Amino acid sequence: MKTMTYVEALRDGMRFEMNKDPNVYLAGEDVGIFGGCFGQTAGLYQEFGPERVIDTPITETAIIGHAVGAAASGLRPIVEIMFIDFTGVCMDEILNQATKMRYMFGGKAKVPMVIRTPCGAGVGAAAQHSQSLEAFFTHIPGMKVVMPSVAADARGLMIAAIRDDNPVMYIEHKGLLGVEGEVPEGDVIVPLGKADIKKEGSDVTIVAWSAMVGKAMSAAASLEKEGISAEVLDPRTLKPLDIDSILSSVAKTGKLVIVHEANKTGGFGGEIAALVADEGFDYLNAPIKRVTAPDSPVPFSPVLEKAYVPGEEKIIAAVKELFA
Amino acid sequence: MEVTKETLLGFYETMVTIRTFEEKAMELFAAGYIPGFVHLYIGEEAVATGVCANLTERDFITSTHRGHGHLIAKGGKIDLMMAELMGKVTGYCKGKGGSMHIADVDLGILGANGIVGAGQPIAAGAAFACKYKKEDNVCVCFFGDGASNRGTFHEALNLASVFNLPVIYVCENNLYGISNCQRDHMNVSDISDRAASYGIPGVSVDGNDVMAVYEAAAEAVKRARKGEGPSMIECKTWRHRGHFEGDPGIYKSAKEQEAWIKKDPIIKLEKKLLEYEYASEDELNAIKDTAKERIEAAVEFAKNSPDPEPEDVLRDVYAD
Repeated sequence: MKTMTYVEALRDGMRFEMNKDPNVYLAGEDVGIFGGCFGQTAGLYQEFGPERVIDTPITETAIIGHAVGAAASGLRPIVEIMFIDFTGVCMDEILNQATKMRYMFGGKAKVPMVIRTPCGAGVGAAAQHSQSLEAFFTHIPGMKVVMPSVAADARGLMIAAIRDDNPVMYIEHKGLLGVEGEVPEGDVIVPLGKADIKKEGSDVTIVAWSAMVGKAMSAAASLEKEGISAEVLDPRTLKPLDIDSILSSVAKTGKLVIVHEANKTGGFGGEIAALVADEGFDYLNAPIKRVTAPDSPVPFSPVLEKAYVPGEEKIIAAVKELFA
Repeated sequence: MEVTKETLLGFYETMVTIRTFEEKAMELFAAGYIPGFVHLYIGEEAVATGVCANLTERDFITSTHRGHGHLIAKGGKIDLMMAELMGKVTGYCKGKGGSMHIADVDLGILGANGIVGAGQPIAAGAAFACKYKKEDNVCVCFFGDGASNRGTFHEALNLASVFNLPVIYVCENNLYGISNCQRDHMNVSDISDRAASYGIPGVSVDGNDVMAVYEAAAEAVKRARKGEGPSMIECKTWRHRGHFEGDPGIYKSAKEQEAWIKKDPIIKLEKKLLEYEYASEDELNAIKDTAKERIEAAVEFAKNSPDPEPEDVLRDVYAD
């Protein structure tokens, strides 16, 4: 184990796999000497050289599109989209190319590529640089979606994502990049599709991912003092989703609160709620609650942004409603 | 460039095979054997034939919605193609793709594509892989005049240029993007002029003259293999049929259609073969008969093949 920040850990995951597999390369805007907009790729250009750490023009369509062609021709690209908001620019390459090729070709192509991209509000970046768009991608058959919440998962999910033979959206939260954690070294992966129980509890299940995990943990600590024992579950991978772990937890607690930073309508929380209603209705003794951002674009003013992002107090309030 | 009798006869055989395949597809579509959409390549055969004659199995292509000709010219198997058109489980894509998504990755055919212009960045990626692996194979991207207006065109050609990738962008300018004629969708007459803005060579050739296409492609492929970077070739041609089968083509004038039909690439090549005394009428007819037999065999294979099972819907969404 080694203490690393989340950003160091995800970088170490890339480095580990690039050392192991010469077909892995990294391409994106300002990932070379500049080291990435948030330092995610710092030092990799010096370590692996310009043939494997490649600065592209500002060209999201060609970044993703070229990766599809390279992956189908035997390489394993890691491509960065500087902000998840910019995926709107290259959505055809994600929606109609990367994730359709294998199926359309009758299973005769593999498209092993990782799209690394930062999400999240909280840094005053306003409506085009702050979104949480995971639900866009979970809706696409053929896509996998991971959203690490801690440094160890940032590294382990990165290695697993690069080794996966399918397109994987690796969504890193800007607000978590500097958060330290204990990280296993060496060839240690976090398998895709496996949830993590962050805290055991018996009265209510809180499902949260990415930056919301920390807030759910704080909320759970406060609730504990008031005599409510919350279990906090981080799915880590949204697609494929470890629904079995969620159902087991709800079977134990009888109550479910889902927390995500994305706005509510069409958010992935709705999918989890529907799955639990379908497959775990008898476990429930209270309605399923969602704690999410409101259905507005992400605002700029710190005052408005604070009101937008779900916080600990909203999670506590949602849980308490279930015990009223 | 010296071209032997065998090469020209080979071109003829490929072009006739494509034409015969397409005429059969037209007939089968009308008879209800082929679901969905079919975009026929009739009239454009010289482009795929002249370009792919410069490629080996190790080279890549990206194709378009009008892709049957590219596949045949690159060595695609016509029985598997025909079965795919009919949605059969024996087809190239096990009935999951259809006409617009036929691919043979083992032959370097990275698929027809239902999205206009989508092959342009994918081709850059395949060429990137060739360069990354330090091999001398190349990728050809086929696309139409309409696709040269897409953002993908700009991004892909710029990337290919700055990365010096071994890729050849072949614009099949059939003068219409569906119903929209070239003068209404761009203000340049030679699309190859656009290559200049990426700092790469661009030439325009008679796309109905297989020799002209072959020679231009030979030059571009040679450049790419030598590590000298991408090129663009515009092949001016004409589709004889509508955009898809069922489109009566009311946007084209009868006069224009008639003039282009006279420039049919197969008739053009036949004249040359006879003039050079490379073949007699009988020999050319024998080539046509052989193509017909091959296509008929492919149709029989397809018709006698089973449909996929309903449970197959969920197969091949993910690689294990």
